[in-house]
Amino acid sequence: MSIDIDTARRVAKLARIRVEEDALPALADEFNAVLGFIEQLSEVDVDGVEPMTSVTPQRLKRRKDGVTDGNMQEKILSNAPDAREGFFAVPKVVE
Amino acid sequence: MSDLNKLTLSAARDGLRAKEFTSAELTEACLGEIEAAGALNAFVHNTPDIARTQAKAADAKLASGDAPAMCGLPIGIKDLFATKGVPTQAASAILEGFKPEYESTITAKLFDAGAVMLGKLNMDEFAMGSSNETSTYGNAINPWKRTGDATDITPGGSSGGSSAAVAADLCLAATGTDTGGSIRQPAAFTGIVGIKPTYGRCSRWGVVAFASSLDQAGPMTKSVRDAAIMLEAMCGHDMKDSTSADLPVPNFEAMLTGDIKGKKIGIPKEYRLDGIPDEISKLWDEGAAMLRDAGAEIVDISLPHTKYALPTYYVIAPAEASSNLARYDGVRYGHRAKLSAGEGIDDMYEKTRAEGFGKEVQRRVMVGTYVLSAGFYDAYYNKARKVRTLIKKDFEDVFAQGVDAILTPATPSPAFGLGEVSDSDPIQMYLNDVFTVTVNLAGLPGISVPAGLSSNGLPLGLQLIGKPWEEGDLLNIAHSLEDAAGFVSKPEKWW
Repeated sequence: MSIDIDTARRVAKLARIRVEEDALPALADEFNAVLGFIEQLSEVDVDGVEPMTSVTPQRLKRRKDGVTDGNMQEKILSNAPDAREGFFAVPKVVE
Repeated sequence: MSDLNKLTLSAARDGLRAKEFTSAELTEACLGEIEAAGALNAFVHNTPDIARTQAKAADAKLASGDAPAMCGLPIGIKDLFATKGVPTQAASAILEGFKPEYESTITAKLFDAGAVMLGKLNMDEFAMGSSNETSTYGNAINPWKRTGDATDITPGGSSGGSSAAVAADLCLAATGTDTGGSIRQPAAFTGIVGIKPTYGRCSRWGVVAFASSLDQAGPMTKSVRDAAIMLEAMCGHDMKDSTSADLPVPNFEAMLTGDIKGKKIGIPKEYRLDGIPDEISKLWDEGAAMLRDAGAEIVDISLPHTKYALPTYYVIAPAEASSNLARYDGVRYGHRAKLSAGEGIDDMYEKTRAEGFGKEVQRRVMVGTYVLSAGFYDAYYNKARKVRTLIKKDFEDVFAQGVDAILTPATPSPAFGLGEVSDSDPIQMYLNDVFTVTVNLAGLPGISVPAGLSSNGLPLGLQLIGKPWEEGDLLNIAHSLEDAAGFVSKPEKWW
């Protein structure tokens, strides 16, 4: 499997990381190095093997579905780069 | 009493209780050392006011005779742990200015146990790295130097600030986290002890997430006894982490009996890699001999899927990272890119993440995005999860044969010089974790114990791997190894 420049561009877009056009060839090369390394996994026979979902077999704890906290709007907004009138502010999304 | 900062946790604890000195004195000694150790770049956010307040409270508790386990003991906290009101950046520019409104469960437990926080410690960005060279704060520097060579050496990574600070006696101990070896490799590179407990022992709540199925916190200390003391303070069930184990936490220190007679120690043949320096193989053999002399039985074992551990890790960890790091979007916290007229929300996400994430983090997020993308999910991600099942089964089979613990080298080399492992070849850097990463994939406890010096004067460590939830037994075996190895060397002070 070899990653070309178009694939590198698409992956960067999916990851929402801006990569300038002239940096894409080097990025594709790096992907290929890492994926070449990962490629070894194709040697392993995994017929009938279950994919791991939890490394320590345990039933996840359950608790009563109730409100345990809240009323901390100020705290939640305190680290926002742009908060206005009790909301997170972002560039206009809907025209 | 001078040089209080050089004490172990256990010696300082005993000294405090015997009223030989106060926590305030102990804390000042550490603060002074930190002040003078800027060259190591280990502490990146100092918290002297918090430290002095906590030390004062600890002294009051000590005076009242009602002192918890770590009362008055000054420690450093890896920057990955959320600390209320104190910068918490995971060594990333994308979290610049972030001050959590809450405390991580681990730091809260340590403070409840009386520990004193001196400050936050350098690390690789989002714990992605093996040399502390991906940090937005710049490199942390190992207090150790090669014999007759002034080159700056890496303290390992990702917990490189923690390892450098403990090795240089800036603090008595530090927290670390370990996703593929990030406690054990830096511990080995700096001649200290580091334990990654069983997955689920320590709550991950409030620890900035990298790869959630692999991440575990643990202590980095000057002795195995200290690791036992601090690990106990960190462990325990937490409703806020659904993978946290609801199991009793034993008194680990009381389990350090020194008696390992009849323990079966496995030596995995797959860990004898080509190209590993002779001195590492020799140290490994010597470690096995020491355990045999202490009464353990040494047996050859096989972990057949070992060679697939790193490639498996480099699918699973980036996949989980790409998902976990999606939250850094410039909306709720941290950095937001400046936008030009006409740029929209997608530009904001893309520019923010390009500016805020360093090169290695970007690489891993994108690799993770790729292996999870439509068409490749089965070929890469599901395949890796199946191989992970096999890697874990290798260990289960060996433990089912009666093996109590497994002895391996901690790292494939001594610490290297900063800049010596090229940034353009990520695979070479990834190989640092070849002996440690299997343990995370299998969810097992692993401990690195300093065992000797390399020919060029740098510390070398051995790793012991234990059975799930058997940290007490593992620490006891490690304690015997520590005793037998008798590693007492310290770096010569140059900073």
